[in-house]
Amino acid sequence: MTRYRPRTFALELTMIAVALVVAFPVYVLVNLAVRAPSDTSSPLRPTTSPTLDNFTGAWQQGALGGALANSVLVTTASVVVALAVSSLAAYPIARSTAHWSRGVFLLVMLGLVLPFQLATLPLYQTMRDLGLLGHAWALVLFYSGLQVPFTTFLYVGFLRGLPREFEDAAFIDGCGPWQAFRHVVFPMLRPITVTALVLNAVFVWNDFFTPLLYLSGSGQQTLPVAVAGFVGQYVSEWNLIFAALLISIAPILVVYFALQRSIINGFAGGLKG
Amino acid sequence: MTVTSREQPSASHALVTTPAPPHGRLRTTPPWWFTAPAMLLFAFVVLVPSVRGVWYAFTDWDGLDPSFSLVGLENFREVTRDPDARLAIRNTLLIAVAITIVQNGVGLLLALGVNTAVKSRNVLRVLLFAPAVVTPIVTAYLWRNLLGPDGAVNGLLDVAGLDSWQRNWLGDPDLALWSIVGVIVWQYAGYSMVIFLAGLQSIPSEILEATAIDGAGPVRRFWSVTRPLLAPAFTINLMLSIIGGIKLFDQVWALTGGGPGHATDTLSTLIYKDAFTLGEFGYSIALAVVLTIVVAVVSTGQYALLARRERDVS
Repeated sequence: MTRYRPRTFALELTMIAVALVVAFPVYVLVNLAVRAPSDTSSPLRPTTSPTLDNFTGAWQQGALGGALANSVLVTTASVVVALAVSSLAAYPIARSTAHWSRGVFLLVMLGLVLPFQLATLPLYQTMRDLGLLGHAWALVLFYSGLQVPFTTFLYVGFLRGLPREFEDAAFIDGCGPWQAFRHVVFPMLRPITVTALVLNAVFVWNDFFTPLLYLSGSGQQTLPVAVAGFVGQYVSEWNLIFAALLISIAPILVVYFALQRSIINGFAGGLKG
Repeated sequence: MTVTSREQPSASHALVTTPAPPHGRLRTTPPWWFTAPAMLLFAFVVLVPSVRGVWYAFTDWDGLDPSFSLVGLENFREVTRDPDARLAIRNTLLIAVAITIVQNGVGLLLALGVNTAVKSRNVLRVLLFAPAVVTPIVTAYLWRNLLGPDGAVNGLLDVAGLDSWQRNWLGDPDLALWSIVGVIVWQYAGYSMVIFLAGLQSIPSEILEATAIDGAGPVRRFWSVTRPLLAPAFTINLMLSIIGGIKLFDQVWALTGGGPGHATDTLSTLIYKDAFTLGEFGYSIALAVVLTIVVAVVSTGQYALLARRERDVS
């Protein structure tokens, strides 16, 4: 298994070739984003006189700065709320053997299966009646609720594998349930909190459909909607569009390469339940 | 602490993972209202609107007019008559099945390739997974350009001397659906790989070495040892890709908008179009109910099947 043979070398070359094929679109993306619109040579040919004009143009015309700020706000607030309420809810669900506890858990499981398309249209109407359309906070409210089933499911699975002795010790020392949760249980949930944080943050940051519905036409947009609007406006000015695409994925790629170990482990491990 | 440690039999670890026996006043159960904030949010965003959605599916509501009437099963009858809806259901299932097969096939091959002695395995894992975290709408716009008539894919075929293979990948109604599948596989094969890889790494190397000593070749080792032990990874991967494929919206929206014509419309894009460009909310929600039923049937069926296989194997 661990010896490096000539065949391993051949495999290594094959795998690197596959990685190059996967990376090929990124080469074209960068190559065209730094190219002046007047240069119409093949997208494969390296750009001879690179320019950053497309980036400044896209940044200003696409109002990407505001969208970036909105995306950061929405993602941070939604994930914090979803993790807080879900971990708190998971505690009694995992520990209580009462009937209501099982019923609540079944409801949560049902939430895992329901496609959000079903709730989307009636909720759109409610949000409209409450005057929340066009506000970033409507999205925070939406994601906090939408992510409850999955996040609670992760926390309950993890909690059931944790010994109760630490909580019991806290109770003996005079802690109430809230203090026991805050100071004893929640710190022990750290590994699954990291997993839930990664999965929720990537989902909220990348989601397009919901902000398209709730924020379209308003000044407050998240990055995916701003990019879609930008593409609709500059239909065939691909150099400008590619600069906008690159700007919009730069933050997530930076975070990914910086935290790749925890992010990949989050995706690989979190779904085992 | 002294009380509980005295209770534990010295040789058993089982007590640590199963709930310890109730111990009178020591056992405090957290109060039910800890679940209240989460359940209120969940009810407001998911439960109540879903129930209302099912109700609207039996009405002729247009999304605005407060006066609407019950029409019984009319919306569902309309789904079976509407050629667009039938095409969308067919496309949705085709995409889901194609993605499930190709993405997991490629993902498994990548995982087997990375899980060897190759020196670049860590870099490969990070690079191959990277597309999975990038915003789908953005990668889809990128591919819309690459797959265009003058795009880089046709350019690459030209350089390779394969001019005759050049196509209008997204403009050809017979090809567009498969181009979408190709983009999804490009983006998420690394995701499947990572899950298979976690499964592969949990297989003790002693078992594989022992079968190698017994004379089993690599193919035999994979089929008889690795494959059955990967059953949990298969379950997760198949569930994720088939449900993701059924709900697909962003990539279709950005790549083709459901076109040319309706050639690549899925249930999700049709739901959006019917509700927000045609104002047929009642009908649109009936489509969402159909989508819900498809997801429920496919996921429970698949789960039952795979869970049984997992049991048979272990």
